Amino acid sequence: MSQIFHRSTNLVSRVSIYGAVLIIGALGYALYAIAMSPWYTDQNVKRQQPVPFSHRHHAGELGIDCRYCHTSVEKSSFAGVPPTQTCMTCHSQIWTNASMLEPVRASYRDDTSIPWIRVNALPDFVYFDHSIHISKGIGCTTCHGQIAEMALTERAGTLYMSWCLNCHRQPEKFVRDKSEVFNPFYEPPSGAKQLELGRKLVKEYKIQSYQHCSTCHR
Amino acid sequence: MDSEGSHNIAGVTEPEPLIGPGHTFETVTDKISSIVLTRGTTPGWVFGFLIAFSLLMLLNLVVTLLMIKGVGIWGIRVPTAWGFAIVNFVWWIGIGHAGTLISAILLLLHQKWRTSINRFAEAMTIFAVMCAGMFPLLHMGRPWLFFYLMPYPNPMWMWPQFRSPLVWDVFAVSTYFTVSLLFWFVGLIPDLATLRDRAKNKAAKIIYGMLSMGWRGSAVHWSRYETASLLLAGLATPLVVSVHTVVSFDFTIGIIPGWHTTIFPPYFVAGAIYSGFAMVLTLAIPIRKYYHLEDLVTMRHLETMAKVMLATGLIVAYGYAIEAFMAIYSGDPYERYMLWNRIHGPYRGLYFMLIACNIVIPQSLWSRRVRRSIPLLFIVSLVVNTGMWLERFVIVVISLSRDFIPSSWAVYLPTKWDWATYLGTFGLFFTLFYLFIRFLPMISIVEVRSLVHETSEEKPHS
Repeated sequence: MSQIFHRSTNLVSRVSIYGAVLIIGALGYALYAIAMSPWYTDQNVKRQQPVPFSHRHHAGELGIDCRYCHTSVEKSSFAGVPPTQTCMTCHSQIWTNASMLEPVRASYRDDTSIPWIRVNALPDFVYFDHSIHISKGIGCTTCHGQIAEMALTERAGTLYMSWCLNCHRQPEKFVRDKSEVFNPFYEPPSGAKQLELGRKLVKEYKIQSYQHCSTCHR
Repeated sequence: MDSEGSHNIAGVTEPEPLIGPGHTFETVTDKISSIVLTRGTTPGWVFGFLIAFSLLMLLNLVVTLLMIKGVGIWGIRVPTAWGFAIVNFVWWIGIGHAGTLISAILLLLHQKWRTSINRFAEAMTIFAVMCAGMFPLLHMGRPWLFFYLMPYPNPMWMWPQFRSPLVWDVFAVSTYFTVSLLFWFVGLIPDLATLRDRAKNKAAKIIYGMLSMGWRGSAVHWSRYETASLLLAGLATPLVVSVHTVVSFDFTIGIIPGWHTTIFPPYFVAGAIYSGFAMVLTLAIPIRKYYHLEDLVTMRHLETMAKVMLATGLIVAYGYAIEAFMAIYSGDPYERYMLWNRIHGPYRGLYFMLIACNIVIPQSLWSRRVRRSIPLLFIVSLVVNTGMWLERFVIVVISLSRDFIPSSWAVYLPTKWDWATYLGTFGLFFTLFYLFIRFLPMISIVEVRSLVHETSEEKPHS
């Protein structure tokens, strides 16, 4: 009987059997890496806006309170995108001729909305309420990142369920004193101190670690 | 061999030999391998294959439509959210039980008669489990998210609901499928090497050569082969019992009248073996005729399978009796109503057909004449297959269609797409089966050769 295969087939078959395990593993890892990458999640990706609004300038350098524009954040599920009138409270007085602000003036003149591009949007099957988080001592920057350093606003989290659960499973690692909620420069105390403070505040604010499905998927 | 000797002591006539007279190693190998290698593609095979393949294309059509429109194309409406899909799932998975029972449990019990039927019974198992597996996936509504059923690291930080028997199903069925496939493949390796050595065609040599994984038939190979077979048989044995037990949990964990009962696991397993053997007979009878394998799959094989069917059928009958008894004895109005509803409700015709198919007609197998009459045996096997399908329909639909609140009652009727999906899985099953008998040895050459060896050794003694 003649040989069907060359001697090297032995090696090829062994390599391919062990290789298959490695390749499947690598493929799984690659898929996970893609799913977690900014390319897929838009995390840390700056969005171009009709007017290049800078949170760094307004919230950071000028120190305007978050609630000056996002008025409903303490009372409503939705923090609120400010109407053009809010912009014009200042910009009717300063930078009135700046060409960069022409879309804002046009919007005010024509009574049309500025078509802001939404940066953080949860899917419709998720119920999320800003007011409860604010009133239990979760700061703006916990979810929205270093907003006072963002020239153009970017998404700070992946918005995956794991990102939500990371806090819902261990709120003591993130909670801060209520007086610091709107402080965009807040630095949480390091490690053990945060845990100590966090445990105290969790008790004090009666924070419940809600994790059942219908908390968010109502 | 011992068991056969004891037959003599007990005064029972010696059983017929397991293979026809005059077979040697050479003739066995020739006979089985020639079906694959020299017989070629016959018009009869092409005809059957085309029918099966058209049904497979029907399945393709239904699944496409299902993906576009959703499960609403089926007749499932609340309260009957589990219709044909679950009935067919349980039916197919039940059929898939005979293969592993024959190959694993009977191997461990040294039942020699398994050797001529184990290969295609195992193939039947694998294909039936494939058909079965499709139904729960399609029934999910969004089959492309099927991987949510598996525990894998994901950005939702979610595990499947481990308290749900539907998740246990995923593990039970996928484990069963993997082990059955491995067992089948390991058993095939020496036969694939035989085909490789006998093939004239270059492509066939290469394909069988790759599949036989360098088998040379050395003593070391045989020793490892035996060890692997025994280990896999040991692994597969508990699976024969566990898979259908877990499938029965899909029902028993629910508090629906007629489902919430402890008799289900043993009665489901017996039912599975019952339908599995019926399907083996349904397949074996035409195949042995068409390929002239009467001297390898002998009357004794058919008769033994008929006896297994009779025995498991009686266990199933006992299950029905206990079900009815417990419904009455429990005093629970819903359980009692469930029984009344089976006998008097809108599906009563199916219930009586079920009793006829699964209990009454198979009693004819007590008669040796029926067991040895090929047409009658074939008919009984078809009747049992039908009966076992009806059993699942009765369990799934009758209980669901009339639950606790009369205002929500509704009659469930399958749509044409329900039937098309069911027929379509027959297409998948038979397409795979036709390919199997065309390209792989449908009877284990190696094991039948060992039978030749043992029977020729035995002859001088008797």
